[in-house]
Amino acid sequence: MAVVEVRELVKHYDGGRVHAIDGVDLSAGDGEYLVLLGPSGCGKTTLLRTLAGLEVPTSGDVLIGGRVVTRLPPRARKIAMVFQSYALYPHKTVFANIIFPLRAQGVPPEERHRKVRWAAELLDIGPLLGRKPRQLSGGERQRVALARALVREPQVFLLDEPLSNLDAKLRASARDELKRFQAEIGTTTIYVTHDQVEAMGLGDRIVVLAAGKVRQVGPPVEVYDDPADTFVATFIGSPPMNLVTREGRLVGFRPEHLLPVEDVRSPDRVSVPLAVDRIEYLSGDRHVYGVASRIGEETRVVARLPATVDTPIAAGETHDFAVDARRLRFFDAETGLRAEPVRLEG
Amino acid sequence: MNRYAVRRVSARIGVYVAAIVAALLCAGPFLWSLVTAFKQNRDLYDPTNNPFVFNRPATPDHVTYLFTDTAFLTFTWNTLWVGVLVVLITLVLALPAAYALARLDRPWSGPLAVAIFLVYLVPPSLLFLSLSRVVVAIGLQDSTWSLVLVYPTITIPVSVWLLMGFLKGIPRDIEEQAMVDGYSRLGAFVRAVIPLVFPGIVAVVVFAFTLTASEFIYALAFVAPTEEMPVSTGVPTQLVRGDVFFWQSLQAATVAVAVPIAFVFNLFLDRFVAGFTMGSVKG
Repeated sequence: MAVVEVRELVKHYDGGRVHAIDGVDLSAGDGEYLVLLGPSGCGKTTLLRTLAGLEVPTSGDVLIGGRVVTRLPPRARKIAMVFQSYALYPHKTVFANIIFPLRAQGVPPEERHRKVRWAAELLDIGPLLGRKPRQLSGGERQRVALARALVREPQVFLLDEPLSNLDAKLRASARDELKRFQAEIGTTTIYVTHDQVEAMGLGDRIVVLAAGKVRQVGPPVEVYDDPADTFVATFIGSPPMNLVTREGRLVGFRPEHLLPVEDVRSPDRVSVPLAVDRIEYLSGDRHVYGVASRIGEETRVVARLPATVDTPIAAGETHDFAVDARRLRFFDAETGLRAEPVRLEG
Repeated sequence: MNRYAVRRVSARIGVYVAAIVAALLCAGPFLWSLVTAFKQNRDLYDPTNNPFVFNRPATPDHVTYLFTDTAFLTFTWNTLWVGVLVVLITLVLALPAAYALARLDRPWSGPLAVAIFLVYLVPPSLLFLSLSRVVVAIGLQDSTWSLVLVYPTITIPVSVWLLMGFLKGIPRDIEEQAMVDGYSRLGAFVRAVIPLVFPGIVAVVVFAFTLTASEFIYALAFVAPTEEMPVSTGVPTQLVRGDVFFWQSLQAATVAVAVPIAFVFNLFLDRFVAGFTMGSVKG
C-alpha cells in the first residue's frame, strides 16, 4: 500500500519563471525508506516541503495514507519533519521540546510523559532532558529532533538533510543509527540529501532528481548499475561513470570495471589501451587517470583498481586495460537516455 | 614590574575612571534635582551658595506642596494609563504587521514597509494641526483619550520596524517546525515566535511608554483641562506661572516620575540581555 503518493506535482515560483518541481509522480510504500537525491536546486527540498504542507503546489496532488491532503495544513497531515537545522525551540528544554507536539495533539498529561520517556530511552537522550538546545552537541540535537518527530507517531517521517550539520566522522555513525532507528520503528521515511553516499547507504529506493524532474527511481543497486541516463550515470558514483563517444552513442563504464587486461577474467571483454598520466592512491585503491583509445573517441577516463590488483603501472606509459562487455552501458549521444546495447569488437 | 603588567594596571585604572565618570554623568542630575527639591527658597535663590549641597536646613514643604496642592497625582495616573493603553495598542497592531511584512513574502511588503516609515518622518509639530481637526471631529478634544488615539501614530511605525528586525532574526524553520508539530500559523506564532521575539517586545514597551511619558506637543495641543493632563504638560503648566518657576516642586516631580520608570526598566533589563545572548548562540 502506498502511504505517500504524489501525482503530477508541479510547483512554480515567481509567476512561472522558476520551475522548482516540474511534473513529478512518486509513491512510497508502507515502511519504505525513500531517498530523494539530487544536486542543490533540483527541487528535492521543495518536494519534501510540499509533502509536509509548507508549500502549496501549483498543480497536482499529494496523498498521504490514501487521502488527498494537497490543500490541508501541515498539522492535519500526520507527518513529522526533521529540518536540516533541527529547528529545536531554543527557549525550551529538551523535555519541553519533545512534549511540544503532544500538547498540540491534546494527548492526556500522563500519556505525554510516558511517550517522552519512551522516545528518550529509544534514542538514548534520557540524561539530556533538562538541558537547553544550546548545551547540546550536533549529534545530540539530531537525536532530540528525531525524538520530537517520533512521539507524534506519524504516518511518515520527512527528513531534510539531517546529517549535513554533523562532522564527517559523526555522520557515518549517525547514518547507521538512523537506519537502525527506522528499521526498529518501521515508519515510512522520506529522506532528502545531496550526498550519494547517504542515499546509497540508507535508501530502500532512491529517487534521482534534476531540474525539478525525476530521472530515475530504483533500489541503490539498480540506480548504480543501470543508470537511466547520463545524468544519473555521472551524478552517482565516485569517481563517476566514464563516458566515451562512439558512433552517435555514449559508451559508459564504471571506473572499477576498467582493469588491467590480465585482471578481466571474462572471455567477452573489450580492450582499452590507456595512456596513463596520473595515479592517485586513495584508501587502498589506486585511481588511474589517462586517455582511453580504441573503445571510442579518445577520452580522458579514470580506472579504480582495488588493493587486490597489484599490476605495476606508472604514469607516462600506455597500459592495456579492458572492460567486461557485460559491464558496458550505452546511452544516446543526443538525449543522454539509455540505448540498446551493441556488440563491440575487441 | 614589566611593560605588560604596567599596561594592564593602567588599562584597568582607565576603565574604572571611565566607569565612574559615566556614572556621575548619569546620576549627577538626579542627585542635584533631589537636593534642590528639599531646599529652602533662601538657600536656592542665593547665587553665592553651593548649588549641590544644603546651605540651610532641608525642608519637605515644596515636595508636600507638589502632592497636596497640585494635581500631580492625577497627571501621573493619566500618564500611566495612557502609557499602558498605548503600549497595548502598539503591540496588538505592530506585532502582526511586522510579522506579515517580515515573513509572508508578498510583492507589496517592501514598499508598504517604507510607506509605514515615511508616515513617521512627518514631525508632530506639523501633524498636530491636521490631527487636531480629526480629534475634534471625533469629539475627543480636551480628553485624555485623544492621546490614546494619537500616540500610536508615532509608536506603531517605529515598533513595526523594530520588530521586523527581531522577527527576521528568528529562523523560519522554528515556526515551520511548530506548524508541522501540530499548530496553526497563529498557534506557531504565539507559542514559538513570541517567546523568541520577547527582547523585541520589551524594546517596544520601553520605547512606547517613554515616548508617551515625554511627549509634549500633542498633549499641549489637544488637552487643556487640568484634570485630563498627563505629567508632561501638567507639571510645567501648574508649576511654571508666568515668570515664577516653582523649582523645588518641579525637581521633585521630575525625580518622582523618573525613578519608578528607571526601576521598572531595570527589572526588564535582565530579560533584555538574556534574550539577546540567547539569540546570539545558534540554537
